[in-house]
Amino acid sequence: MEEALVEHGALCVLIADDSDSDRMILKTLVTRQGHDVIVATDGFEAVEQFRAHRPQIVLLDVMMPRMDGMEAARQIKALAGETLVPIIFLTSLSDADALARCLESGGDDFLSKPYNRVIIEAKINAFNRMRLMHRTLTQQRDLIHARNRQLLNEQEVAKRVFDNVAHTGCLDASNIRYHASPQSIFNGDILFACPRPSGGMHILIGDFTGHGLPAAIGAMPVAEIFYGMTSKGFSCEDVLREINQKLKRILSVGMFCCAVFIDADFHLNHVRVWNGGLPDGYLIRRDGRRIALPSAHLPLGVVSPERFAAEVVHLRTEPGDTLLIATDGVLEAENEYGEMFGEGRLRQVLDNVDNGLEAFDALMAGVGTFTGTQRVQDDLTLLSLVMVASEQLTDLTNGLPQSALHGPVSWQCSYEVSDKTLGHFNPLPLLLHICMEVPGLRRRSGEVYTLLSELYTNALEHGILKLSSAWKNSPEGFGQYYAERERRLAEVDGHCIRFSLRHTATPTGGELRLSCADTGDGFDHQIWHPVGERSGAGPDSPDGVRYAGRGLALLRRLCESLEFVGQGNEVEVVYRWDFSEPRAQG
Amino acid sequence: MYKVGLVMNEKPHLDEKALAELQDVMEDEFDILISTYLSDSRDRIEALRSALRSADADSFTRSAHSFKGSSVNIGAPRLGAICMEAEVAGREGRLGQADNILEVMEREFNTISNMLERTLRA
Repeated sequence: MEEALVEHGALCVLIADDSDSDRMILKTLVTRQGHDVIVATDGFEAVEQFRAHRPQIVLLDVMMPRMDGMEAARQIKALAGETLVPIIFLTSLSDADALARCLESGGDDFLSKPYNRVIIEAKINAFNRMRLMHRTLTQQRDLIHARNRQLLNEQEVAKRVFDNVAHTGCLDASNIRYHASPQSIFNGDILFACPRPSGGMHILIGDFTGHGLPAAIGAMPVAEIFYGMTSKGFSCEDVLREINQKLKRILSVGMFCCAVFIDADFHLNHVRVWNGGLPDGYLIRRDGRRIALPSAHLPLGVVSPERFAAEVVHLRTEPGDTLLIATDGVLEAENEYGEMFGEGRLRQVLDNVDNGLEAFDALMAGVGTFTGTQRVQDDLTLLSLVMVASEQLTDLTNGLPQSALHGPVSWQCSYEVSDKTLGHFNPLPLLLHICMEVPGLRRRSGEVYTLLSELYTNALEHGILKLSSAWKNSPEGFGQYYAERERRLAEVDGHCIRFSLRHTATPTGGELRLSCADTGDGFDHQIWHPVGERSGAGPDSPDGVRYAGRGLALLRRLCESLEFVGQGNEVEVVYRWDFSEPRAQG
Repeated sequence: MYKVGLVMNEKPHLDEKALAELQDVMEDEFDILISTYLSDSRDRIEALRSALRSADADSFTRSAHSFKGSSVNIGAPRLGAICMEAEVAGREGRLGQADNILEVMEREFNTISNMLERTLRA
């Protein structure tokens, strides 16, 4: 482009005039200025000459036989297309209307008779500069178009990769409803959901600062960590810590991700919620009462790993309770006057949810009515999760590909967690990982995880921390239980939990023996036997019930056998599997 | 009888300065230019006469316009001014007056024609 502007060489100039003497004079003048001249004696010939030689500048007499200058100008401009070919009319016209008509037909300027050598030279030079500028502009425009096309193609490819990594997991579950823009990859909103091996699910809804590619890039590792760790059984705190640490390390200063993390447990029917920087979420009870879930943390990617707080809010729920979480886009949706939807209107909409209408629909309708025809819904994400009884949720798929490798069948190991490690380390993902090396167990990860988790929770919370599960039966006690758990966990010392795992092959599948022993006091396990399959509360021993309600029933249902050993501080279960389809989780 | 405007009489038959410049620019081709002009002009006068005979005002106007252009370019301003009178009369449909203008035009052309031929011979 630079060389285009400094181009000074000879131009090819077309001169069309039916007057022989005039044509001679002009041709001589222009040739003397160093240009190549081709001539025509009427408009028709001028168009033919233009077609054949593509001159850069055209000088046209207005009145010519066969085809006049104006018509020739129109045809030449049409032939030139996007290229700017300056047309200068040669004329002794003096009335303004006729001159204006010349310009309307496509002429760029006039040259009046008698010809003046100096003016001719100046005009040709001026129009050559304009021509080159136009050419540069056209080239740059084409370049921008090409670059833009390339960018869009790259974005398409990036989006395909992104969609594979940041797939929507189990967002299609029957108890989830959501609105997310198809363009969300480039507006920085994320929405992921993944089943936990134990049967519940993790949901992450977030909003990266900024837009476009930088925001989308941040979402990739978040998706990897979220899906990877959740499927392996990590707790929501662990996943949050890992995401925060990753984002803190890779994002530039000023970039972060406001997010809400939901850990929903449909067996115990409770949710745990972490809100860092998103607007208040709501838990809406079946009777319409609302509990606000305000942001209690800095967004992900802001604070260093040591200072990151993963404390969650525990909420006991009942089937029919609904969690509603929205990104800033909902509150910031604008109407035609530039007003924002805002928290006030959001609460108003929720206050007025009609019976039979879900909060999700009410809010979508509310925002839609408020914004009118504005296309703001492109950068808002809204999610509602209805708590259900676990039996209602079947076939949760997380879309993760399974490894096709053969794995070990006969093996045993033992693993012991002791002292302060009990307070901050969760061994379940590791133990699950070991078990998942057995190909036949992979499709039963939910059941295996449940076994491990029930055994571990029992050993830790009841055996060592001596928490009474009876507390969890009342709303106040529920909070107290978890507060007390945190407190006692921080002080735990001099204890250990030992897992022994042993897997052997059977003719139709395999057998997994799990035993879990703790250093707690144990309990008189003789008294629970008669209770058997009862799914209500266990025995009301004063020092805490070791297997309340669901835990015991679940273990007994999943296992071939379940035995308490010694003083009741060791439990051994035998789990058998065969190559048929796994049982539905429940 | 139509009186040809006084203005043109104030213009010289030939613009000596313009002619000198043309001679400078055209160099060896100056002679050819002058003879080309003279022969073209005779054709134009013939065309004007014919247009007048057939009362074709449009054709008359065009020829007068072209004749005007080549005359001012060659350095014959008075003839150019007469051609413009003819062009205006033609455009306004005053062909009755055009006859008279054409006569004046021919006279003026003969004058400059003689002058130019003298220049060529010199």
